[in-house]
Amino acid sequence: MNNNKKSVASFEIFYYEYLNEKGELIGELPGALQNNPELWQKFYRYLVLNRIYDETAIKLQRTGQLGTYPPTQGQEAIGVGMGMAMHEDDIFVPYYREPGTHLTRGVKMEELYTFWGGDERGNNFTKGTRDLPDCIPIGTQSLHGAGIAMAMKLRKEKRAVVVSIGDGGTSQGNFYEAINFAGVHQLPLIFVINNNHWAISVPTELQTHAQTFAQKGIAAGVPGEQIDGNDIFAVYHHVRQAIDAAHQGKGPYIIEAITYRMGDHTTADDASRYRPGNELDENKDKDPIKRLRTFMAAQNLWNEAKEKALYAEVKAEVDAAVQKYLSNTAAPATDIFDYMYDTWPESYHEQRDEVIAYHGGEA
Amino acid sequence: MSAITLVEAVTQALAYELKHDKNVVLMGEDVGVNGGVFRATAGLQEKFGSDRVMDTPLAESMIAGVGIGMATQGMRPVCEIQFMGFIYPCVDQIINHAARLRNRTRGRLTCPMVIRAPFGGGIHAPEHHSESTEAIFAHMPGVRVVIPSSPARAYGLLLAAIRDPDPVIFLEPKRIYRLVKQEVPDDGKALPLDTCFVLREGTDITLITWGAMTHETMQVAEQLAHDGISAEVIDVATIKPLDTDSILQSVAKTGRCVIIHEAARTCGVGAEIAAQISEKALDRLHAPVLRVTGYDTVMPYYKQEDIFMPSVQRIRDSVDVALAY
Ligand SMILES: Cc1ncc(C[n+]2csc(CCOP(=O)(O)OP(=O)(O)O)c2C)c(N)n1
Ligand SMILES: [Mg+2]
Repeated sequence: MNNNKKSVASFEIFYYEYLNEKGELIGELPGALQNNPELWQKFYRYLVLNRIYDETAIKLQRTGQLGTYPPTQGQEAIGVGMGMAMHEDDIFVPYYREPGTHLTRGVKMEELYTFWGGDERGNNFTKGTRDLPDCIPIGTQSLHGAGIAMAMKLRKEKRAVVVSIGDGGTSQGNFYEAINFAGVHQLPLIFVINNNHWAISVPTELQTHAQTFAQKGIAAGVPGEQIDGNDIFAVYHHVRQAIDAAHQGKGPYIIEAITYRMGDHTTADDASRYRPGNELDENKDKDPIKRLRTFMAAQNLWNEAKEKALYAEVKAEVDAAVQKYLSNTAAPATDIFDYMYDTWPESYHEQRDEVIAYHGGEA
Repeated sequence: MSAITLVEAVTQALAYELKHDKNVVLMGEDVGVNGGVFRATAGLQEKFGSDRVMDTPLAESMIAGVGIGMATQGMRPVCEIQFMGFIYPCVDQIINHAARLRNRTRGRLTCPMVIRAPFGGGIHAPEHHSESTEAIFAHMPGVRVVIPSSPARAYGLLLAAIRDPDPVIFLEPKRIYRLVKQEVPDDGKALPLDTCFVLREGTDITLITWGAMTHETMQVAEQLAHDGISAEVIDVATIKPLDTDSILQSVAKTGRCVIIHEAARTCGVGAEIAAQISEKALDRLHAPVLRVTGYDTVMPYYKQEDIFMPSVQRIRDSVDVALAY
């Protein structure tokens, strides 16, 4: 026996899954998910909506009608599950690869296209109006999430914040600062780490030497767990559980959702330059949509006819959003000034006047 | 020898220094197997190994801070920041450490590092991918700020930046990464880090610019030549330290000057140049020094970025104003 040392801390990280790749249940479904075909079908509809929105975005980009776009193919269960787990007055603080969450929270699809089409008006959500817009500078949103959670705590509100971030994003100082702050103040803040195994071309082994991303919270006293991010049951249940605990004052939580980025990083990227040959194929079977369909079909809840009808309906919905997006009228040139401050400074009026002289607009 | 683009000239310079100076290492996000998102480091990891060309975790302040540490030990890190929009976490490290180490140790420790970043608008990129904020760095005592505008200058200036004993911010105008090709001998010859380049000689007006805007400015100069007006075009290239002598000589000759930059107007580098001219050559001016710049707005998202960027028309109109005096 060594009297010079004793264990003063230890930790364990658990992994949760409910629906496996083959669409079979592993044990029992937890809580509200049990015997809830209505909810399962709602999940399914949003997953398909997300996928068709995404495929359409890529097509629009390829035909010059959308800017650089980050696909979500293969990762839809995280965005959709997380969004559906949130309560309406919780706040979503996204990174940039979670259209599923936006859509489930009522952001209009044409607003998402407008944003990726290079137009700030897409960030002017008509619903979910206190959610933050997509965050491009990686990791910076973490601290905004902590600040929003602090505001909720100070106002004694029963609400929570969900921040999404990529595996790469957790290397940023901002991420550590945010979980540290959230730990100290026991804030109602849930981090969902989308671990899709890549940060553009950098694999997770070059991002961290830790065994899991979930354990990054341990040093901040923030508990965490891993889930199968392609299993929408796991995403929904665990995010909802963490939110409900946060509502009860139990503090922050980290959920690492394991998934795989089936597409390129963005439409400007070519993953074949760095992705090992067989990796994509190995992950194809893990598709979150396919497994839910298989599960529902096995329960006699789903069949070819329903599938066809759903796809037709969703395609029409996406087409309608595309039409709305494509018929956006050009924003007034003076918009570049008019949202800079409450009022554009009189001393800079020459700049605004110059733009009117070149591009028209109201003085 | 085949002609190469500006970004290929960057690669050529990096490869040259990796080969000839064992202290040179490249680090950044996606610079390894992927060869950088703009391909600036394409093939270099394969050639020089992952100890010399390192993919880093995703954290910019880390990249700058680690670079500083290596530089204090005589290594020559060349750090890539993927887009200038993500360079701001480095600012703490640069202004508080890289720029000050030599001074505060009275020369005992130095910081021979380079931070490279693509910058500027006009490529329809996502938010935060199109800004030009060179003035932030030009305002920091102790760093150099360099912006090439052709393949040959990219090669020669980057070699000089890597060999320079002090920290250099090397900003690459990504809009013209692949715009023109030029033969650039791989001879290891550096260009001076404190000299402007006269791109076109003229007698009636001086047009001062840098980076991607050299292209619009040269177009205006050609238009002017067509109209019988002789414009001198200066590519500042080293924003800091500024080669005021060359600028003043030119303005003394022409008596008229328009400064063109993509960055926002207030406290832009154009303001510094105009101040130098007014301090030292006021008596040679026939017209006020004019600026054609981006506006004091956030760089608009791409549907509206053309409104922001100085156009050939806007430059020409300012030139006409200056000529009318
Ligand atoms: C601060 C910052 N640095 C670099 C980038 C460029 N960039 C965009 S996405 C990305 C990788 C992000 O990886 P991860 O966090 O794992 O999210 P994923 O894209 O895989 O969903 C990088 C380096 C950025 N947007 N912001
Ligand atoms: Mg990732």
